[in-house]
Amino acid sequence: MSKVYIALQDNDQSRYIVEAIEDDNPEVTVNYMPAMIRIECEGQLVVRRETVEDKLGRDWDIQELHLNLITLGGNVDEDDDRLSLSWNA
Amino acid sequence: MAAKKLNTKDKYRLLTRDLDWEFSYEDRKQAFPFEEFEGIKITDWSKWEDPFRLTMDTYWKYQAEKEKKLYAIFDAVAQNNGHTNISDPRYANALKLFLTGVSPLEYQAHQGFAHTGRQFGGVGARIACQMQSIDELRHVQTQVHAMSHYNKFFDGFQDWSHMHDRVWYLSVPKSFFDDARSAGPFEFLVAISFSFEYVLTNLLFVPFMSGAAYNGDMATVTFGFSAQSDEARHMTLGLEVIKFLLEQHEDNVPIVQEWIDKWFWRGTRLLTLVSMMMDYMLPNKVMSWKEAWEVYFEEAGGALFKDLARYGIRAPKYAETIEKEKEHVSHQAWWLFYSYGDATAFHTWIPSDEELDWLSEKYPDTFDKYYRPRWEMAKKMEAQGKRFYTKGLPQLCNCCQIPLMFTEMDNPTQLAYRDTVYKDERYHFCSDGCHDIFVAEPEKYVQSWLPVHQILQGNCGGPGLEDVLRDYYRMNVGADNLDMKGSPDEQRWNSWKGVA
Ligand SMILES: [Fe+2]
Ligand SMILES: [Fe+2]
Ligand SMILES: [Zn+2]
Repeated sequence: MSKVYIALQDNDQSRYIVEAIEDDNPEVTVNYMPAMIRIECEGQLVVRRETVEDKLGRDWDIQELHLNLITLGGNVDEDDDRLSLSWNA
Repeated sequence: MAAKKLNTKDKYRLLTRDLDWEFSYEDRKQAFPFEEFEGIKITDWSKWEDPFRLTMDTYWKYQAEKEKKLYAIFDAVAQNNGHTNISDPRYANALKLFLTGVSPLEYQAHQGFAHTGRQFGGVGARIACQMQSIDELRHVQTQVHAMSHYNKFFDGFQDWSHMHDRVWYLSVPKSFFDDARSAGPFEFLVAISFSFEYVLTNLLFVPFMSGAAYNGDMATVTFGFSAQSDEARHMTLGLEVIKFLLEQHEDNVPIVQEWIDKWFWRGTRLLTLVSMMMDYMLPNKVMSWKEAWEVYFEEAGGALFKDLARYGIRAPKYAETIEKEKEHVSHQAWWLFYSYGDATAFHTWIPSDEELDWLSEKYPDTFDKYYRPRWEMAKKMEAQGKRFYTKGLPQLCNCCQIPLMFTEMDNPTQLAYRDTVYKDERYHFCSDGCHDIFVAEPEKYVQSWLPVHQILQGNCGGPGLEDVLRDYYRMNVGADNLDMKGSPDEQRWNSWKGVA
């Protein structure tokens, strides 16, 4: 299975988003590089609105992810509750 | 009771797809005259997927927020003399190459997507291209604003757009986009959205920008990552375009494959400039070019092509050559620029001893064997007061426009050289990839504006090289070019730092 990945700017909001991703996808690897955080795993990675809201302690729109997003790899599927990245092969 | 909030899917449908109209009294084909001539067959535009489902109102909301954050940082950088916080004054030269070589491509992308978006019959594709066109305009603007601070303190930033149109090595990025923009709309998307944005720009905007942060350049990392936050959307457009074209009709597969082969090669050549920025121009190093290539090209690109195999798409042609090149290109490129350092609008230098050691460590199979001896020789010559510059103008590749400087990958001491004759004229190339691209579309590439040919034909002023640099390129000769050592940039830096 190929790896999907997402990279976020290393800032105060991303910290919570990364925590949420780690909770929802226990198999991810998180790499801290200057000014950025790269998260990857095999197969599929999901960002869930509810988990991020829990961590942030406020409402959070899944599209707010765009503010901190640097890059991603994988087929994107997004709705109001989650964004997922996956490969078919 | 308050009206129920629409979910994203419904909102997207109402605010994009629903705004389209049928052509009742005009001929649809005349409204979209470029849609068919490339041979691409679209049977159903409604199958176009935009996974982010961004609508215009949300787009403005988030873009405004990004801009506010970005400009707050630009202000802070200017107010706090941010230019004195960079790791080493040599670093500014990477920015000069960025502003003259890359920022104008953002503008070309803006124009390209405005034009291309207009040409599609499907409203989903039109809207995605429209947003991207606006994004790309934002990118060039924010880059110019960020660099305007450096322009006050360093040489070489003053005439970036003029230089982009004329200077010899800048025709490499310029001609890349000219080539894409003069293609049909579907080829443009495969070239820029898919090949360039999905795979290749990551190598510039991700590890290089992380490198900018590591070198104390807050303004650049901030505009870089702010631009990248749009890029995730552009990449997704690129992937969706490919899937859409391949699913629409099986006849599209070979056409798309040919474009992928062409544009991955063109892109790989273009990134030669980025390879030397990473390995040689960033004083504090995050990762080597080779490492970045492995993560973003081999691993990410590999996953992508495995995914696309179900459509009958294979990895781009010349993949074996490309794999070997990651060990060599940055060294060959920086050596070229060092040896033509009297004709560049940025400074060049010999890597320090620690940097040479770092390169030896990162490139154990090639650096000590092929490249370190050159630098040791250059060091010796410089110490004897014999800093050399290559005399004479280089032969340019008639496709990528890079001087013939790449070697055969199986014999790195042998310069690679290909040629072909078309209508009684001989044309020269750096590689099989560039040769094949020319041969597939000779009528396009015989029109290339090759800077060296233009100089020799007397179209760039002269007669001397210095006249061309000063009058035609508008370089401040003696300040913008030559070695970092002894440059006005270096003198100013030393005075800020209180070094004699
Ligand atoms: Fe851009
Ligand atoms: Fe872009
Ligand atoms: Zn070439």
